Amino acid sequence: MTLLEARGISAGYGAAEIIHDVSLRVGDAEIVTIIGPNGAGKSTLLKTIFGLLRSSRGRITFRGSDVTRASAPKMVAAGAALVPQTDNVFPSLNVRENLQLGGYRRRRGTAVRLAEILRLFPDLGHRPAERAANLSGGQRQMLAIGRALMLDPVLLCLDEPTASLSPRMRSQIFERIRAINEQGVAILMVEQNAKEALRLSDRGYVLVAGRNALEQPGEQLLANPDVGRLFLGQETASA
Amino acid sequence: MDLFAIDLIVLVTFGGAVNWTVGFLTTVAIFGIVALGLNLQWGYTGVFNFGVVAFFMVGAYTSALLTLPHPDAVMVTPSGAEVTGVLDYAGGFGLPVPVGWLAGMGAAGALALIVGLPTLRLRHDFLAIATIGIAAILRSIANSIEGLVNRSSGLSGIPRFLDELASGEDYRWVLLGIALLMLIVVYLALQRTVDSPWGRVLRAIRENEDTAKAAGKNTVSFRMQSFVLGGMIMGLGGAIFAHRFGAIAPTSFSDLLGTFLIWAMLMVGGSGNNRGALLGALLVGFFWFGTPLIQEDLPDFLGNRVFMIRQLVIGLLIVVFVVARPQGILPERRRVSRFVSDPDSAGGRWASLRARFAGSGPRSSPEA
Amino acid sequence: MLKFANFAHGDLMTLGMFLALAVVVDAGLHGGAIGPLSFGWGMIPAALVAMAGVALVVLGLDWLVFRRLRARGGGFITMAVASLGIGIGLRAIVQLIWGPTAFRYQSGINEATTIFWDLKVKPDQFFIFGLTLLLVVVVYLLLYRTKLGKAMRATADNPDLAEVAGIETEQIRRWTWVIAGCLIAVAGIMLGIQAQLRFSAGFHLILPMFAAVILGGIGNPWGALVGGMVVGISQEVSTEWINTGLKPAVPFLILILMLLLRPRGLFGSTI
Repeated sequence: MTLLEARGISAGYGAAEIIHDVSLRVGDAEIVTIIGPNGAGKSTLLKTIFGLLRSSRGRITFRGSDVTRASAPKMVAAGAALVPQTDNVFPSLNVRENLQLGGYRRRRGTAVRLAEILRLFPDLGHRPAERAANLSGGQRQMLAIGRALMLDPVLLCLDEPTASLSPRMRSQIFERIRAINEQGVAILMVEQNAKEALRLSDRGYVLVAGRNALEQPGEQLLANPDVGRLFLGQETASA
Repeated sequence: MDLFAIDLIVLVTFGGAVNWTVGFLTTVAIFGIVALGLNLQWGYTGVFNFGVVAFFMVGAYTSALLTLPHPDAVMVTPSGAEVTGVLDYAGGFGLPVPVGWLAGMGAAGALALIVGLPTLRLRHDFLAIATIGIAAILRSIANSIEGLVNRSSGLSGIPRFLDELASGEDYRWVLLGIALLMLIVVYLALQRTVDSPWGRVLRAIRENEDTAKAAGKNTVSFRMQSFVLGGMIMGLGGAIFAHRFGAIAPTSFSDLLGTFLIWAMLMVGGSGNNRGALLGALLVGFFWFGTPLIQEDLPDFLGNRVFMIRQLVIGLLIVVFVVARPQGILPERRRVSRFVSDPDSAGGRWASLRARFAGSGPRSSPEA
Repeated sequence: MLKFANFAHGDLMTLGMFLALAVVVDAGLHGGAIGPLSFGWGMIPAALVAMAGVALVVLGLDWLVFRRLRARGGGFITMAVASLGIGIGLRAIVQLIWGPTAFRYQSGINEATTIFWDLKVKPDQFFIFGLTLLLVVVVYLLLYRTKLGKAMRATADNPDLAEVAGIETEQIRRWTWVIAGCLIAVAGIMLGIQAQLRFSAGFHLILPMFAAVILGGIGNPWGALVGGMVVGISQEVSTEWINTGLKPAVPFLILILMLLLRPRGLFGSTI
C-alpha cells in the first residue's frame, strides 16, 4: 500500500525553483533511496515533503490524506519523522533532553520509549547526560535518528545519514537503518554513498538537475550503466 | 524632550514661506548628509549603528571648539556689550571653519574606530547596543564635565562660514548653498565609492558574510572602513549643523532627532540606495519640521500633543516600512552578476536571508 | 530566547509601570500599606493588570510585526530595527496618555533602616531583591525543568529542528512572549516603586540591561541576575569617585570590557 506519494512537485528558495515536476512514492515498510549529483535538489525534495519548504505546484499525500500544505509539526503528528543532514541535534541540550524533545508530542510512555532507543543505540546509552555538542559525528547521527524515532513514526526520512562518516561508522548506520526497517518503519533516504544505500533499498530514484531521471528497484539501478555514468562514477571520482 | 526641535521650528517659521523653505531645505541637506552616512553603514554594509547622533555630536563640538575664539577672549554680545569668559570650554583656537569641519570628520571617524574595535567582530547587534550607549555617554559627559563644552548651557557664538558673502537675512541663502554643495559633494563621492570594487565587497559582506570571508576578504576590516567613513560623514553633517546655528547644547543632540529620525529617513526612502536616502530625508524631514506649522490650526486637545503624535508616527513609519516595504520607496538597484541567471534569488537582502532561513544550515551571526 | 536585541524592552517596562499606576492611583486602589512597604495590597491587582496588559501588547506586536519578519526570514537585525521603532512609538503613547511629568505610586517616604556601617536599605528594596531572587528561581526551573522550558530552549537553539521534532515553534514563541511580558511588567513596577514613574525611565535602562545580560551570558537567567547586580552595584559605587553625571558611562565601560575580554559572558551563553 502507498504510504507517501508526491506528484508533480515544484519547489525552491524564493523565486529560485530547485526541483521541477518531481514525483515519488514510498510504500509501507519500504526502503526508498534518492540519489543524484550534488545540487540535484534531493534535500530540497525532502524539505518540501516535510513542509519546511512550500511547493509551488503539485500534491503530496501521506497515509491517504493531503499534506501538501502541512507544517513540519503536522507531518510529525501524522507519523512521519525527518533527520536533517546537518544541525540535526540540539547542541546545548544533553542526550536525554534531545530524546525527550523528540517525544515532545507524546502524552505518555516517553520514558519507556527513551529506554528502548538507548538500547537500540548502546553508544548513547552509555552517556545520557552528555551535551550533544560533545558527541562524535557518528554518535550525533545516532542521536538524531533516535530523536526521530521517539514518536514511533511509520515513515523515517533521512537526509544523507552517512555523510562525512568513517566507512566503519557508515556501515553501522546502514545496519541500524535496516534494523529499524525490519520493525515495519518505511525509510526514505537521500544518499551520496549510493552503492551501499541502493543495495539496502527496495527501490531508488535518480534525480538530476531537479527532475526525475529514473525510477527502478535498487539492485537494477546499481546495475544500470546510465546510473554508473551519471552518478556512481562521479562518486568514485570524488571519493 | 528635544527642546531644540522646537527652537528649530521657531527659526524656520519666521518670515514667510520662502524663508521657511530655505531654512527647511538647509536642514534637509544637513540631515541628508547624515542619512547618506548611515546608508553607507547600514544600507551598503549592514553595519548596525543606533548612535548616529554620537558622531553628529562629536563633529559639531569638535568643529565648534576649534573655531571658537579663546574662552577668555573678548566677545561682543548681540546688545553690543563686551564680555569675557562667559562660556567655559576647552580649546578655542579660532581656526578657520573648513579646518574645524575636517577635524570634526576626523574626530567622528576616530570615535567610530574606538567603538568599532571591540564590537565589530562580534554579533551584529552588539554594535547597535554600544553605539546607542556611546550617544548617551557623550551627552552625559557634555552635561557634567566642567571646562569642556560649557555643560548644559551649551556653546554660542560659533563662527559662521563665508559670512562675508552676504549679511543679515541674505546669509541664509549662503547657508543653503553651502549645505547643498556639501550634500552634492558627499553624494557624488559616495556614488563613486559604492560603485567601486570596494563598494561591491561591502554589499557582498552584507548579503553573506561567510561567502565574502571565504572569498578571502577580511570582512571585519571592510566593515570597520565603512563604519569609520560613515561616521566621518555624520561628523561632517554635525559640523555644518553647529556653524549653521552658531549655538549648540547637549539637548540639541537627542536620540530622537539625531538617530531615530535618520533611521526613519533611511527606512522610508530606501536603504542601499543613496537617492532613496535623500528622498527619505526630504519626505520625513517635511513631515517632522512641517507638522509644527499646522499646530496652531489644530483643536486644542490635538495641538498640545502634536509633538508626541509626531514621535509616534516616526516609530510607526520605521515599523511599517521594516514589515511591509523593507526596500523603502526607492529600492536598491539590483546589480546582479552575469553569472547568476535569476536576479530575484541573488538580488535583495531579503531574498538571500529567506534562502538562508529556509535552509537548515547555520544562519545566525558568525559569533552566535 | 527569541534571539534578538529588543530595543523596546525598556519602553515595555515603562508601559507596565504606568499600567500599574492606572490601577493604583487612577482607579484609586491604594489599599493602604503592607507593613513597612510603601505600597498597599492594591499593588497586587495592579501587577496582574500590568502583566496581562504587557503580555497582550507583546503578543499583539509579535503577531503584527515579528511573526511577519520571521516568516520572511528577516533575521534578528531587522527585528532589532523594528523593535527600535516600537520603542519610539511606545514612549510617545505613554506620553500621550500620562504626559511628560513624573509620578509616584504613593506619596510619603519609605523609611530606610541602617543594616551595618553606612549601608541603608529601604524595606521596599528588601522586597524588590527578594522578589527578584524568587523570579530568577522560577525562570530557571521553568527553562530547565519543564517541558515548555526545554521546548523554548530547543526553539532558541534551532527552530527548524524544533519543528522537525514536532514542536509548534510559533506556539512556543507566543508562550515565550507571554512569560517575558509578565516579567517585563513586574520589572517595570519594581522600577516604579524604587524611583519615579517617567515616560523615559525604561528607555534609560536599556544600556545597563544589555550590559548585565552580556555580562552574565545571553540566555542564562542566573547570569542575568549576577550581571544585573554587578552592573547596578558598580554604577552606584562609582559615584564615590566620579561625577554623578557620568554614572551612565559605568555600564558602558563594563559592556566594552566584557566584549573585549569574554564576549560569551562570565558564565557562558546558550547561543
